[in-house]
Amino acid sequence: MICKINTSSLLKAVSVVFFAFLSFLSYSNKQSQHSSVSEDHSVNKSVHENTTKNETVDITKVAFEHILDSHSWHFWGEGHDALVFSLPIIIYSNTKGLQAFMSSKFDHGQASYNNYTLVDEKIISSDTKESFYDLSITKNVVQMFISVALILWLFISIAKTYKTSGIRTAPKGKQSFFEPVIIFVRDEIAKENIGARSEKYVPYLLTVFFLILINNILGLIPVSANLTGNIAFTLVLSVVTLFVTNFGASGSYWKHIFLPKPYFLWFILMPIELVGVFSKPFALMIRLFANIAGGHIVVISLVGLIFIFKSIYIAPVSVAFTLFIDILECLVALLQAYIFTMLTALFIGSAMEDHGHSNEEAASNHN
Amino acid sequence: MNQLFILAGLLEPAVGLIFWTSITFVLLLVLLGKYAWKPILNAIKTREESIKTALESAEKAKLDMLELKSNNETILNQARAERDMMLKEARETKDTIVSEAKQKAQADADKIISSAREQIISEKNSAVADLKKQVADLSIEIAEKILKTELSNNDKQKELVSSLTNNLKLN
Repeated sequence: MICKINTSSLLKAVSVVFFAFLSFLSYSNKQSQHSSVSEDHSVNKSVHENTTKNETVDITKVAFEHILDSHSWHFWGEGHDALVFSLPIIIYSNTKGLQAFMSSKFDHGQASYNNYTLVDEKIISSDTKESFYDLSITKNVVQMFISVALILWLFISIAKTYKTSGIRTAPKGKQSFFEPVIIFVRDEIAKENIGARSEKYVPYLLTVFFLILINNILGLIPVSANLTGNIAFTLVLSVVTLFVTNFGASGSYWKHIFLPKPYFLWFILMPIELVGVFSKPFALMIRLFANIAGGHIVVISLVGLIFIFKSIYIAPVSVAFTLFIDILECLVALLQAYIFTMLTALFIGSAMEDHGHSNEEAASNHN
Repeated sequence: MNQLFILAGLLEPAVGLIFWTSITFVLLLVLLGKYAWKPILNAIKTREESIKTALESAEKAKLDMLELKSNNETILNQARAERDMMLKEARETKDTIVSEAKQKAQADADKIISSAREQIISEKNSAVADLKKQVADLSIEIAEKILKTELSNNDKQKELVSSLTNNLKLN
């Protein structure tokens, strides 16, 4: 027992030292790169000043660069040593139509292509009259495709296992891992909140749950994209939830919104109820986005402490806190997927519920 | 100012991502719904139902077994009671047979004794009669002999006649 504790504590100590060393390496690397960059541009004085200014790393900028979407997938390194995958840029413009080219054409925002330039990961056209939509396959889109492929492979292969091995054999492998989760979503989320007619909504809830869960977990991997922490992604999910909720709504739900009681407060209550229809999915959108983005910002800020204090001695503290936050984030990944699905089911259930207003009304009419 | 711009970028949903997410999400919903959730949920449901029916039938079998067991018990009890009754009856029959035999034997013995007694009496009577006869015969013989001896001489005959005549005179 004592021996075990010793080995585990030793392991901890070694890992802490290792991570501290790692962060020191990356720090010194950055230092040397910055100095080399400044040497390169030493001819141009203004540029030189700019880079020396940048040597005090702008943590806020770095953090938001990690949180926000990108038109290329940056793995590691700076400048020419960097491992960066350029991604397809797709632009639909009212004047030029559909255009597609690789993001390498922009040369990391240094060059312009077809009158387009990339400024802070935002495509800007030099033609002021042109209005266009940026439909690029960004880092987040790529990660979404990867996650969707993963989910499709996972669950279609599980479905195949059910077909081949039948229902008589005990589940095994992936099947035995995911079956309790599927049953949990079906029984504890759908049936619990929607009630008798929950079966129709189970596929939607399962899809939402696993899409969010898988992307939350993928987002925790360094260098991966922050898809569930992107407001556009959560916006689409909550809009679909809005549709699903209101299409299955009962008559009493609409009556409650458009003819709320008491009638003399109708002009106040009706707008409030109507806002409530949209505020629920809006809260879903903000909750998921803010939780995931916030977690990532905390992690980057903790690592950024090393650069703010300009001391490697802060590294063990950063690493320890980052480890703690990462473990917390694993919990949050699961929890947010559960909360989004559970609240969706709750909204569907409350919209489908027959409040018995008609009975109440009949009673009041008699009086 | 720059940071505010970045923050706006964080909160502003990008059209491209909305576009691709919508398409992908709807596709994922359809594909998963058709090829994954439907077979998985159906399989889970049928398995749950089969487990339920299996449990129910097991419960029923258990009840049947219990019923059978209680039936067996009653049958066994009945058989035991029947056996006891039969034993009791046999014992009773034995007792009656023995007592009847005893009574019969007693009656026979009584009969034998009574007939023996009757025979003894009759034998005794005949013997007495015989004895009487013999005694009469003997007394006659004796009387004959005495008479013979008495009447063998004249004196005595005279004497007798005289005595007899004497008796007659008296009368």
